[in-house]
This record gives sequence, structure tokens and C-alpha cells, in this order.
Amino acid sequence: MSKDRTLGETLRQQGISRRGFLKFCAATASMMALPPSMVPAIAAALEKARRPSVIWLSFQECTGCTESLTRSHSPTVEGLIFDAISLDYHHTLQAASGAAAEAAREAAMEENHGKYILVVDGSIPTANPGYSTIAGISNKDMLLDTAQGAAAIVSVGSCAAFGGIPHANPNPTGAVAVSDLVKDKPIINVPGCPPMPVVITGVLAHLLTFGTIPDLDALGRPKAFYGKSIHDRCYRRPFYDKGLFAETFDDEGAKKGWCLYKLGCKGPTTYNACATTKWNEGTSFPIEAGHPCLGCSEPDFWDGGGFYKAISTPTGDVGRAAVYAVGAGAAAGIALGAMNRAKHSRAEKAHEKVTIDDLDKEK
Amino acid sequence: MAHMTDAETLPVTAGESLTYNVQPLLHEIRHALAKLLDDGGHTVIDLRSIPLAPGEEDRLLETLGRGEIVAQLSALGPSEILETRFPGVWLITHYNNDNEVIGRFIEVCRLPRILQAPDEDIREAIENLEAQLALQTGER
Amino acid sequence: MSETEFLLWVRGPALQGATIIFVLGMAVRILEILVLGRKRDLAEARGSAVAGGLRTIFTRSVPDKGTFKRSTYTLVAGYIFHIGLFITILLFAPHILLIDEVLGVSWPALPTTVVDATTVVTILALLAVLVHRLKDPVQRFLSHFQDYLVWLVTILPLITGYIAFHRVGLPAPTLIAIHILSVELLMVAFPFTKLAHAFTLFIARYYNGAISGYRGVNS
Repeated sequence: MSKDRTLGETLRQQGISRRGFLKFCAATASMMALPPSMVPAIAAALEKARRPSVIWLSFQECTGCTESLTRSHSPTVEGLIFDAISLDYHHTLQAASGAAAEAAREAAMEENHGKYILVVDGSIPTANPGYSTIAGISNKDMLLDTAQGAAAIVSVGSCAAFGGIPHANPNPTGAVAVSDLVKDKPIINVPGCPPMPVVITGVLAHLLTFGTIPDLDALGRPKAFYGKSIHDRCYRRPFYDKGLFAETFDDEGAKKGWCLYKLGCKGPTTYNACATTKWNEGTSFPIEAGHPCLGCSEPDFWDGGGFYKAISTPTGDVGRAAVYAVGAGAAAGIALGAMNRAKHSRAEKAHEKVTIDDLDKEK
Repeated sequence: MAHMTDAETLPVTAGESLTYNVQPLLHEIRHALAKLLDDGGHTVIDLRSIPLAPGEEDRLLETLGRGEIVAQLSALGPSEILETRFPGVWLITHYNNDNEVIGRFIEVCRLPRILQAPDEDIREAIENLEAQLALQTGER
Repeated sequence: MSETEFLLWVRGPALQGATIIFVLGMAVRILEILVLGRKRDLAEARGSAVAGGLRTIFTRSVPDKGTFKRSTYTLVAGYIFHIGLFITILLFAPHILLIDEVLGVSWPALPTTVVDATTVVTILALLAVLVHRLKDPVQRFLSHFQDYLVWLVTILPLITGYIAFHRVGLPAPTLIAIHILSVELLMVAFPFTKLAHAFTLFIARYYNGAISGYRGVNS
């Protein structure tokens, strides 16, 4: 695992021809959502890239993010990326455990101080550090300790990026996102529940290729993948524009593939790459499978007003409020009206004249 | 399509109104062809970057069809480079070792770059051939 | 507060509060008018008051020639933005969904591209109306704070709705929340301003028509 060799040398060593390398660069460019015209630049950069050390910390998570990454997709390309990086610590994937594993992590941190990439999945509990520990070290301590020497932090999954499901009402563990605890390091958020595997590797590929943080949006997500809303890239958009909606999951509209807005699709308020890149090697994505988008790459999507409630509908009981208001208003209106009549007849009896002040009351 | 499994048995119609991206794509290819003749300009389109509804990609590939050349590349898994029935329009599909699609591009050019032998490989070929020749003269 | 929490607040308690103020306020205003009643006409009826009243509700929508000649600009711009409001509010699919959820009734929508274009036209008409209000000496003399406030709360939902639909500037959840908030502002302002005309116009037209119809004359 020599870290001094460049990626280009590593690949050549593995017997991969220049053609193979170009194929790899084309697939990587596609994965990073970069235009094909950038392939020569990527090839040049990857040739010279050195293998960064990566430490992966898993906190309060379901391991779905790691599953998403390892289970799917073109292992050749991802495999190469992972061969290209030096995954020095990943407690789910690595063989070592216990004290040996922690020793390996500390050694990697020291050896690559200031240069390693820290990948985090899972939220961090703050209500009681004992809620989630690794080798007796609380998540919060391990994060703050490991973050110190990191060059950049990648928060993989909605839990690490925004708090995720542990953060949902009532948040019994006091779960917070990585960015709530670490303030002095560049953080790339890769949210999603789980995030698209291509995005995880795309971000790593970017770090590997260019050695810089990709362009991030206001929530710290790479614009290359989270720049467009699902709604703007959804193939069912023409149905939305024409007002053709599925009312239930098995009606005619649903069978014809009409828009799922009425069934609670959060596509319009969600930014992710699902609609173009799709899941399972471009097979499909939730909307294509007939289920409304959950908005899983947005903060607090678990508490986002119900997965099956359309965005334009109220979350509270407006109907009941209106009924009470009508009742109260009617009562008040009749009462005031009666008072007005009384004032009117009193004025008549007293032969009062209408003055300019009465007419000016509008002002 | 190497990756389609049960999807083939489900009634997926590219029928009615979908993303309407097939027509604009074909127009883009047509313009690229004109550019190729004009100034030799080389155009590459990444099909993964364009939203296509189920069935639309098939319709596009059906329209492009197959031409006179099919080339297989074996590097990091198979890749298929074929000239569509429109000369100058090539369809390149990259697969990994598990035959999953990892990239699909349309290249409008005289010959896709990946088919041309790159300098580094040629240099290595010269070295290997020299070694081979040395071996043979050594034998005599 | 995260953008999701903001959107939820706007769709939840804020909307409930605004609805209460709006419904309660309008109920008070309408009932006040109705309870005040009309002066009884002691003359003998020469025609039908009810028929006159009902007819006038519709005929008042067509301006008479004299008014049209004198206030062409105001009438044309006014008609454009009122019709525009009708289309953008009631013929846009997500809005119809909202009404369906609260009142249980729905109807077909127009294509969103049509509503989008209509929004632009409506905004322009409202701007034209403001320009006229500021430049015409009579209108400027008559205009007070409330007139400009009402103009603002009317145009804000159109502008914020347009921006939310096109998703520029801020992230989508925040844009939609701002749009809903601007509508809540409009709802709260409704019962306290001349916006109430949207409901009271029916009463006013009816009364006028009934008075004339009773006397057997056109109104």
C-alpha cells in the first residue's frame, strides 16, 4: 500500500493500459457529473494524484450509507477509487477490531496529519455521550479528536449531514450533525437516506482528482449533484405541468405514470441527483417506481409534514380553525351589528346629522 | 441492455408525453455532424447527464440503430463501440466486469479516441517488441 | 430554524392563525353589514327587488360607456389583474389541491405554463396600476397608506409565487415558505382593509340592484 506512487503509476502497475485508464476517466467524469470535454483534464490530474489517507468514522447510523456504497454499482470504478485511496480505518469494513483498530487509526492520523480525509456517517448524540461509543470513546470525542488533523470532512448521509432520523422529533439522544460540532474544517455534506452511491464516490473522486473541495451550495452539498431539484429533472414533469395527477397508488393515473404531487411528492423542494443518475446502475428511482419522493436529502425531512401530504396542503387543521372562526365571527358580527343599530336609532332619535368626520372614518 | 432484468417483462411504454428529450438530442447530434464536416469538431454527449424516462433511452438507441462497425474493448471490463446507422455517430457503452453499465456516450467524430492507440501504449509496445526481438535474436 | 422547520411552521400554526383572523374578521364585517339592514322602502313595489339585485351582481361587471371613456387605463389594467388573479389563484394545480384538502372541492387546472405566463401579465398590470396611482393627480391626492399597503400585499404573493415556481435565488423550501407567508399576510390584512370588497361587493351590488328593481328601474 505505497502511498508515494501516483494513481497513474498504480494503475499501470496493475496492468491497466492507457485505453483502460481513459475508460476509467470517462466513467469517473460521468460519475462526477462533469462534461466529457473535461476527460483530458481529469486524466492529467489523476495521473499525478497521490493516494490520500481516508479515515471513516461511523456513529449513530444504520450502516445504510456504507451499504449503499459497497453493495452497488460498478465495482471496477469504485474499486479503483478505493484502491486509489488508502482506507485506513472503517470499523464496519475493516478486519481488525478493538484496540488494534484504534491503534491503526491513531497511527494513520499521526502519519498524515493535516492531509487525511475524514468521512463520517451517522449523527452524534450529545444528550449523553454514553449513548454511542466506539472502543469506549464517545462519538463526540472521537469526532473532535479526529477532525483536528483532517484536511476535509465528508459527512455521508442525512444523519451526519443534518442529524437524520435520530434528530427527528423528539430527538431523545440529542443527535446533532457533524457541522454542528466541527466549525473549523471544510465540510462537504453528502445527504440522502442513503445518499446515491455515485455521489459518495464522485465526491471522493473529486477530492482525489483535483485535491480541492467541490463547489458547495448553501447547505454544504456539492452543487454538481445537488444543484437541481428532483422536480426540475423529473420525467413526470409534463404531467405536473398539464395538471394530471395520480390520486391514489393504484388508480388509472398512477398506472399511466402521472405526477405524484398529490400523493405527497417532495420533489419540488428536494435537491438531489436521483432523477437523472437514478439508482441501481441507472435502473430507476422512487418516482419512477411509483412512490413520491420523500425529500431524504433535505434537513428534517422526517418531520417534514408527512410523506403523503402534498407540499401545498396545510399541516395543521385549518378546516376546524375556520369553522370555529366563523362561529366566533358570526357571534361578534351580530353583536356589533346590534350595537351599530342601537347607535343608529339613538342618533336618529336625537336628530344627529351626518358629519364629515363620519364619512372620513376610512382614513 | 445488460442491466435490465424484470423490467423487460413489465409493460413500460415510451408512449405518450415524457421528457421530450429524445428529439432535442437527435437535433444536437445532427448539428454535431455538420460541425464535424465543417471544422472537424469532435462532440461527446454523456447520456447519463440527460433525464430520460423509462423507454426513452431505448427509443433513442433504436433510432440510432447499428451501422457497419462494432468494436469490442477489453479494459477494466468490456466496452462496446459501435457506429450507428448514421456514419460519424458512434455509441460507446462501458461495462464493468459484472456487465453493469458504468457509462454510455454518444461521440460524433471520424473515429472515437478510445479506439486510437495512445502514445503511452505505443511506447510500451515498442519496448515489448524490442524485448521480443532481442529474445529471438538471442535464441539464434 | 432549518428550512424544513420554517416551511412546516408556515404550513401549520401560521396558516391556522391567519385563517382564524381572516374568517373571523370577514364574518364580523359581513354580518355587521347584514345586521345593520336597509331602510324600508314604504312606496309600492313597481318591480322585483330580488331579481334586480341578483341581476345587478352580474351586470355591474360590465362598465358603462361613460365610465369606460373616463377611466380607460384604470379599468383595463384593473380587469387584467383581477382576471389574472383569478387564473393564478384558482386555476393552478397546487392551489386547487390546497382548496380540495381544506374544502373538499376541486376542479380541472390550466397547464402550469399558461398560469406562469398569466402571473407575469398580472404583475405587470399591477405595476401599471401603481404607476397610475402615483402619477395621476386625483388618484395621488386620494391615496393613503392603506391603498399602498393593499397593493403590496396583493402583488407579493404573485412575485413570491413566481420566484418559488422557478426556484431561483434561495433553496426551494425557503422560497415556498416565503410565498405561503406572503399569502398569510394577505389573509390577515383582508378584513381590516378595502380588500374586503372581494366579499362585500356582492352585498353592495345586490342592495343597489334591489333598490332600483323595487322601483322598477334599471340599475
